Amino acid sequence: MIAPEATADVAIIGGGLMGCSAAFFLAQRGLSVLLLETDKVGRQASGTNFGNVRRQGRPIFQLPLANRASRIWRQASELLGSDVEYLQNGHIRVCFRDRPENVGKMEEYAAQAREEGLDLELLSGNMLREKFPWLGPDVLAGSHSALDGHANPRLAAPAFARAAMKLGAQVVEDTKIVHAAKVGEDFVLEAEDGRRFRAPTLLVTAGAWAGKIVSQFGEPVKLTPRAPTMSVTEPVPYSILPAVGVMTPDEVETVYFRQVARGNIVLGGSLRAPSYPDEYRAYVMPENTMTQFQHLRRLAPALARLQVIRVWSGIEGYTDDALPVMGASDTVSGLFYAFGFSGSGFQIGPGVGETMAEIIATGTTDIPIEQYAIRRFREGG
Amino acid sequence: MTGRFRRLDVTDRAPVRLTVDGSEITALEGDTLMVAMLSSGLALRSAEFGPERRAGFCLMGACQDCWVRDTQGNALRACSTVVENGQSISTQPMTADWSVAP
Amino acid sequence: MSEKVVIVGAGPAGVRAAEALVRAGLRPIVIDEGTRSGGQIYRRQPEGFKRPYETLYGSEARRARSVHETFDALRPDIDYRPETLVWNVAEGHVWAARAGETEAIAYDRLIVCSGATDRLAPVPGWQLAGCYSLGGSQVALKAQACSIGGEVVFMGTGPLLYYVASQYVKAGANVAAVLDTSPFAGRVKALPKLTEQPDLLWQGMKLTFGLKRAGVTVLSGVTPVEISGDSEIGVSGVTVRTASGTLSRFACDAVAMGWHLRPETQIADLARASFSFDLRTRQWLPEIDGDGRALVPGLYLAGDGAKILGARSAEVTGELAAIAALADMGHAIDKDRRRHLRAMRARYVRFAEGLAEAFPWPHQFVADTADSTVVCRCEGVTAGTLRASVSEAFATETNRAKSFSRVGMGRCQGRYCGNASAEIVSALRGEPVECSGRLRGQAPVKPIPVATARTDA
Repeated sequence: MIAPEATADVAIIGGGLMGCSAAFFLAQRGLSVLLLETDKVGRQASGTNFGNVRRQGRPIFQLPLANRASRIWRQASELLGSDVEYLQNGHIRVCFRDRPENVGKMEEYAAQAREEGLDLELLSGNMLREKFPWLGPDVLAGSHSALDGHANPRLAAPAFARAAMKLGAQVVEDTKIVHAAKVGEDFVLEAEDGRRFRAPTLLVTAGAWAGKIVSQFGEPVKLTPRAPTMSVTEPVPYSILPAVGVMTPDEVETVYFRQVARGNIVLGGSLRAPSYPDEYRAYVMPENTMTQFQHLRRLAPALARLQVIRVWSGIEGYTDDALPVMGASDTVSGLFYAFGFSGSGFQIGPGVGETMAEIIATGTTDIPIEQYAIRRFREGG
Repeated sequence: MTGRFRRLDVTDRAPVRLTVDGSEITALEGDTLMVAMLSSGLALRSAEFGPERRAGFCLMGACQDCWVRDTQGNALRACSTVVENGQSISTQPMTADWSVAP
Repeated sequence: MSEKVVIVGAGPAGVRAAEALVRAGLRPIVIDEGTRSGGQIYRRQPEGFKRPYETLYGSEARRARSVHETFDALRPDIDYRPETLVWNVAEGHVWAARAGETEAIAYDRLIVCSGATDRLAPVPGWQLAGCYSLGGSQVALKAQACSIGGEVVFMGTGPLLYYVASQYVKAGANVAAVLDTSPFAGRVKALPKLTEQPDLLWQGMKLTFGLKRAGVTVLSGVTPVEISGDSEIGVSGVTVRTASGTLSRFACDAVAMGWHLRPETQIADLARASFSFDLRTRQWLPEIDGDGRALVPGLYLAGDGAKILGARSAEVTGELAAIAALADMGHAIDKDRRRHLRAMRARYVRFAEGLAEAFPWPHQFVADTADSTVVCRCEGVTAGTLRASVSEAFATETNRAKSFSRVGMGRCQGRYCGNASAEIVSALRGEPVECSGRLRGQAPVKPIPVATARTDA
């Protein structure tokens, strides 16, 4: 038998934002950590998403987790020792004129969110346009969350990984785990090239790739790999402070944008494309870029004159109910999950990492996570 | 004011008048906007991430260094746009509401 | 029903591909960014400019005229889309944009003749106004009858350096110096391969003598030190270290720089062509067979966009790609003609190998780029910031370094910094340059406005 190449208190499979932040908070708690990543940390969904640090619009029961994450984002640069370009300039969620029924939903949501400590200011279209003159006449009303914002996804997960390394975590990139099993007291993980890793605790944060691993532990979860449609414009003078998104039941209309301090405007949303986790590729479908432009022009007509210089996508794992799997395994002790964030994981990411570290280190957390239990996907359950 | 570019030949073309930063300049029919502007001026725009003025680079539509805006805010790639009578171009950075200085 | 063939590019490769398809009875769609056909090397002057072919294209006048006249004669038999940008390729469609509108054009066969741009090395001060790509300086003269300045320094390497400098002298421009980073000895060593095209070799020698006779300083084996100048006024001089080690400064108000060419491979990349590293030129090239077939069925690549072999060869590889497409569609083809074209291509390949030896990419100079030098002109990112992405953020290859440092993330999508970025990253990591990866192509191939709307949906 080949001797394990590395051991630790906790092994983590998947170096996205969840895995990297969990590694950081576990290391901060004094545990030894082994973070295993197939490619490079933070390269897929964590590195290619829009960068919304947005609480509003999340399920009300998710707000305690989102609030926890918010606190981490606010101090991220000091905590991590590198700038993740977090800008707390607010988030606006608007609805279009042809969907007036959403105004009532926004009011209802704001009332519930206030109970959870998230203050939202509801504004009419005219009030919004007075404050944010780039919003178009199609905007009927909106909800402004002053203490939300946005950050740079390309930098966030790698910054958590580097900070974890400074605290002693081992971050192993280019290492694809093909076999995971519990042997005696330990999880034994085997990489594609035969290297082995061993730890008594395992956290699976493998995003769209998690399905293959969890099925090895008898807890299959159906994950649909999808690819978001992202674009970025040429740099223009910095003038749009908040991130802006559309509330709508129709995916094609779900567009959003934010301006980074350098001036580029990041555009996201509209239809998502299929993606290919096995080939590690996601492609932007040109027709989705076009519907994205179309609805962005409704949202903010002034964007129309700007040039898009690059589009991209990444691989996101969607569960059937669009809620993540988070918490302990239902069948194997020492095994924990945090995956399937269904295109909504960036803001809560650091909160997920801290919460998982807390659960692993102490066995409990005050953050409500029962809605995310893997047992909801059990056959007949 | 002398410009950056020097005309060497084919100067017997009809004049075209346009304004750059509010001042009228005369170009020749068939000029690209870039040649029109750099025959009487030194630059097309300011760099976003450096102190320097920029005057284009590749002249074949690849480098994207020569984008300018007309005063309506339309983006024009100066090396591949043919100059037109009455054009009004700004070489100044857009203002924060993305309008263009006249 | 006949298959739909789309040709991208109307330079020498695209024109000869279209000609071969029309001859076989097809009506290809030819999409080209230019206002007029001809591509870059055989770029046509605007309507109304009446300079003779000999003035514009020198020794290549006959070839240029033939390419232009062939295309003009093809016009009734092709679906020509000028001033049209192919900005993405997906699922058997090219996405073509013109004047703020776009449509998805279906194809069964796609022949990409996307040409090349100059390959650039970062030199301190190259972001200043008045510094142009070598090809750009030629476009100014050829298409607009202008010099890029009152006093021009040509710096870089390759035959185009001497060719454009000579055209400038002939047109009456002031050429301050021609500064070649390649040592003269390398050219002598490459002579056997260069004799594959004896007339080109002879012309090259004539050009150098001609420049010297005109009183132009011509130096070989120089190391660029600095392009000096002022952020308002622009370029005011070029300093190099000569082969003998002394510093030499040339006053000028314009610099034309280029180190041979790099292929425009974005469309091939978006069409999912595979790539391999070409050690001789230290560039990534799309993988094709000898006739231009990519590994993706239905995709053919020709001209300098597939491999830098020059404009003469582009006519050959364009026709070869069309013949390959015709053969794959089941048309009868002229095998003698194909054999002849393949033999010609082989000679151009050998000649290009000679050029790469005679005028090498100065990779060590690039790897040594000072930390304060701007590598990425679009984003104003220095070599120091690029290196920090490796040494502090642990980037292991250029895509990752791009993600952390923004080198290659700007408007030009790495066209003018990608080669240098790979050299700097790999040198710092102590790895061969091919280990530093290839900047992946991302749509749009060139910027498109958010105003862009579909006309076909």
